[in-house]
Amino acid sequence: MAKKTVWAACAVVGAALLLVGYGLQADEFTDKDEERWQGEFMSVVTEGRALWGSPTLGTNGVACGQCHPNAANTHPETYPKFQQQLGGVVAFRDMINWCLMNPLEGKKLALDDKQMIALEAYATYERRGVALDPGKH
Amino acid sequence: MTKTNLNRRDFLKGAASVAAVSAIPLSTVELAFADPSQNFTFAYISDSHIQHIKGSRFVNNWDRGLIRAVAETNLLQPKPDFVMFGGDLAQLGTKPELDHGAEMLAKLNYKTYCLLGEHDYYLDLGEYWSELFGPHWYSFDHKGVHFVVLNSILTFDEWTFDRWPTAEQRMLEMAGLDNPNGSPFMVGEKQRAWLAKDLSGVAKGTPLVVFSHSPIQKIYKGWNFWTDDAEQVQALLQPFDDVTVIYGHVHQIQYNQIGNISFHAVMATAWPWPYPRAYAQAESHMPKITVPMNRADPFFERDATGWQFINLKTGRVDMEYNLNNNTNRTVAYNPETGRPEDTKYQAEDDRINPQIHY
Repeated sequence: MAKKTVWAACAVVGAALLLVGYGLQADEFTDKDEERWQGEFMSVVTEGRALWGSPTLGTNGVACGQCHPNAANTHPETYPKFQQQLGGVVAFRDMINWCLMNPLEGKKLALDDKQMIALEAYATYERRGVALDPGKH
Repeated sequence: MTKTNLNRRDFLKGAASVAAVSAIPLSTVELAFADPSQNFTFAYISDSHIQHIKGSRFVNNWDRGLIRAVAETNLLQPKPDFVMFGGDLAQLGTKPELDHGAEMLAKLNYKTYCLLGEHDYYLDLGEYWSELFGPHWYSFDHKGVHFVVLNSILTFDEWTFDRWPTAEQRMLEMAGLDNPNGSPFMVGEKQRAWLAKDLSGVAKGTPLVVFSHSPIQKIYKGWNFWTDDAEQVQALLQPFDDVTVIYGHVHQIQYNQIGNISFHAVMATAWPWPYPRAYAQAESHMPKITVPMNRADPFFERDATGWQFINLKTGRVDMEYNLNNNTNRTVAYNPETGRPEDTKYQAEDDRINPQIHY
């Protein structure tokens, strides 16, 4: 028993030493790391902003931004919520797809499509600072 | 509310149910005078944004809004003296869009006046629009009221003439409501000089009604709910006893009172816009007295759009909003408080949940 504990302790210490050696401590990150992560996020927001104004997302030239300047009146902070006309509790992405299919007369996107994530990133970013309020009508 | 108005409204509701389509946005204005024989009405249709896809295809949604407004306006009884179209007939100012829109407007059974919106203007600077509809700014008199039509969507010469490599790009840059590459609207020095001269021959007691596309007041610059030289234009209007400014562009109910000037916005036939307060990242200056339109329900294609019927009483405006999927609203000048007020929802306690925007 004692022998096993010793071996386990050695393994943990050894693994920790290895990780230190490779700079991979999970609980430490730098300004530079955060800058990079924010940059990655903002590049997707920028892509979402471009899609938001794009006449080619649907088939009739209508863009999201025609009705939703700065993604206003999309209320991403209120999802998931009950949408009477969709017959249940839905996610923000379901509502984006509804708009793609109806006012934009286009096809819906897969929920994990990169364009979908970009649209959601942009709309949510424009709503930053607003408290989450899931379910609110 | 007069009996005539109730009859007219009932008739409209009947006509709408016969048509069996979703509601259209309509605004009417009533101007009334001490001598009832001088009362008259006119209709106001605005912001149709007719959008060309290609060939003979146009965005059906926006087409339906204008077709419905025209059809309903033609059913008004008693008949309005004229119709005003408040700008943004087209989405990108092209000949197919302006022609298609003009063809729909031609079905109106009344004298129709038009003004320029930025979506009509920034492709060819209003050249083709002028061939169809006439001068960019003008005035006329009707039954003792002086009407002025402004082009309020001009901007800096450098932006208009020097900044963009093509006319198409200039149009697209101005067409995006929230585009930071856009530029603030203005009436401009030349037109203000014309306005001063035009008004110099008008008695100060004459009711004055001004039509513009953008608000001649400053609400939110980021979406051009704004005219940069609004104060200078207001200064030319303030000496008159009864002044009303009616504007489009904002696709929503707004009203305000600044000195002698009452302001009314009209609905779009195409689509509604959020109130600026719905954009969490910027401050705006919505007139405090405005009771907002109901929040739009996207599942009703024509919700939060409409047209107006206007009754000109005592030289002031009664604005009836004919809303396609909603209860009609009336915003009328209240002589006791000296400002436009909603006849049903003005008091805080009378407002309803859908009028809360966030």
